[in-house]
Amino acid sequence: MNSPANTPRQVKGPARAAIGNLERAAASSPAQTDSPAQENAAPLLSLEHIRKSFDDVCVLQDISVQVSKGEVLAVIGPSGSGKSTLLRCATLLESFESGRLSYGDLVIAEDNAQGQAVYASKHVQKQARARFGLVFQNFNLFPHFTVMRNIASAPMRVQRRPKEEVHEQARALLAKMGLSGKEDMMPCELSGGQQQRVAIARALALNPEVLFFDEPTSALDPELTWEVLTVIRNLAAEHMTMVIVTHEMFFARDVADRIIFMEDGAIVEEGRASDLINDPRHQRTKAFLSTYAAKR
Amino acid sequence: MLAMLGSGFLVSLQIFFLTLLGSLPLGLVVAFGRMSTFKPLSLLVQFYISIMRGTPLMLQLMVVYYVPYFGFGVSMGDGYRFTATIIAFIINYSAYFAEIYRSGIQSIPRGQYEASGVLGYSQAQTFFIVIFPQVVKRILPPVTNEVITLVKDTSLSFVLSVPEMFTTARAIAAAQKAMTSFVVAGVFYYLFNLVVAAAMNLFEKKMSYYHE
Ligand SMILES: Nc1ncnc2c1ncn2[C@@H]1O[C@H](COP(=O)(O)OP(=O)(O)OP(=O)(O)O)[C@@H](O)[C@H]1O
Ligand SMILES: [Mg+2]
Repeated sequence: MNSPANTPRQVKGPARAAIGNLERAAASSPAQTDSPAQENAAPLLSLEHIRKSFDDVCVLQDISVQVSKGEVLAVIGPSGSGKSTLLRCATLLESFESGRLSYGDLVIAEDNAQGQAVYASKHVQKQARARFGLVFQNFNLFPHFTVMRNIASAPMRVQRRPKEEVHEQARALLAKMGLSGKEDMMPCELSGGQQQRVAIARALALNPEVLFFDEPTSALDPELTWEVLTVIRNLAAEHMTMVIVTHEMFFARDVADRIIFMEDGAIVEEGRASDLINDPRHQRTKAFLSTYAAKR
Repeated sequence: MLAMLGSGFLVSLQIFFLTLLGSLPLGLVVAFGRMSTFKPLSLLVQFYISIMRGTPLMLQLMVVYYVPYFGFGVSMGDGYRFTATIIAFIINYSAYFAEIYRSGIQSIPRGQYEASGVLGYSQAQTFFIVIFPQVVKRILPPVTNEVITLVKDTSLSFVLSVPEMFTTARAIAAAQKAMTSFVVAGVFYYLFNLVVAAAMNLFEKKMSYYHE
């Protein structure tokens, strides 16, 4: 039985476009149709009880993280604590043994009855890839492509968007990154900080819902980190949803809404950014932050 | 004499270009077989490569030529001499090119694959848009070596009496009881390799619009 609301109606004029929008919104998030007023019903990204090991060594043990729209989450922790692995699991570069991963209404992996994670089809994974972007520690730009082609290639080849539109967006992104006029340069002609900003533009050109960063500044000379951090700050000001693994504690405190402190593959402490940095509750968080402060 | 050597040179050229035309693409296919995660295929290809590299090309030419007759009792016409030469050269050079491709492909950092995957490229797109163009640049020097060797190796087809330049030079030398024809043939090979080296050099320059 169809409820009247679901019955297609003939509407003419501007109202038709409005209904089209509503229908699209409803189709993209069926969970929200019952209460359209309730926002963020399904978090943009949800990781639940993720377990992952390399050669029988447990690297992630029972990690659960949720990120909602517009939120900036920072992940901190000592070397080897599993931060990168967590990001790589969320971005499908690694698979995990058990747990659940979803982007909005798209379930990427879920436990079966035996408690083993089963991944969705390639097709669903491809859909999920369209929802996130990843910025690597060492940029991973394509060295044989110009700056413009690095940014425009995937939107054109993967999303099949027209060249003019993509190039226009790419130029706007470059302007935002403070890289106007660098379209035709090769990555090898740019500084590390500039390369990383191109990598950020490349990720943004696909219009992701979530952007992941894995230590975006740790391959950079200290004097070049600020230009990348500034770009990320500006994105945060625009409410770009981001998950940032970083060793820059003060940056994390200032730019993130929430911080997760990881150690030995587990989340030790999680809290509001300023609270966690200024006033950590757990002994291990305190210890980590103090060694960090001592190192600086 | 020059006219005879000239027509021999044309045959050498044919062997040269047909071999490249066949073995450059086939080498890529062989490289994929070698890198396959399907172990039996990978082992089989490894075996093929080691035979091709571990036995003389001259012997391989003879085997390819005689296999239809002694193996299957089929006697091929005289034209098979040339065909056998091309087949032997292609399967031999494919093995060498495969190893060059493989080392090139494996030298591309994992991050390039990961970045491509995250951007949503399919595996085929990743290979042809991102990986292969970088591989070409990296393998140009060893490929140049092979190509220059190939120019000289074409002379080996004299064992099947294919009328290429070296076979012709030998015939002339025997008839004239003089070695002038060998010297002239040598000059031909040398000049041709100069051209090949210059062409590859130009190609390398073309590829130097970026470095890593
Ligand atoms: N491909 C792999 N194979 C085996 N072990 C791995 C692999 N990748 C990571 N590990 C191990 O998993 C653990 C977590 O590594 P991970 O890179 O996630 O840590 P991290 O928190 O990102 O550290 P860092 O701050 O140094 O980047 C480490 O003990 C590491 O040695
Ligand atoms: Mg890491």
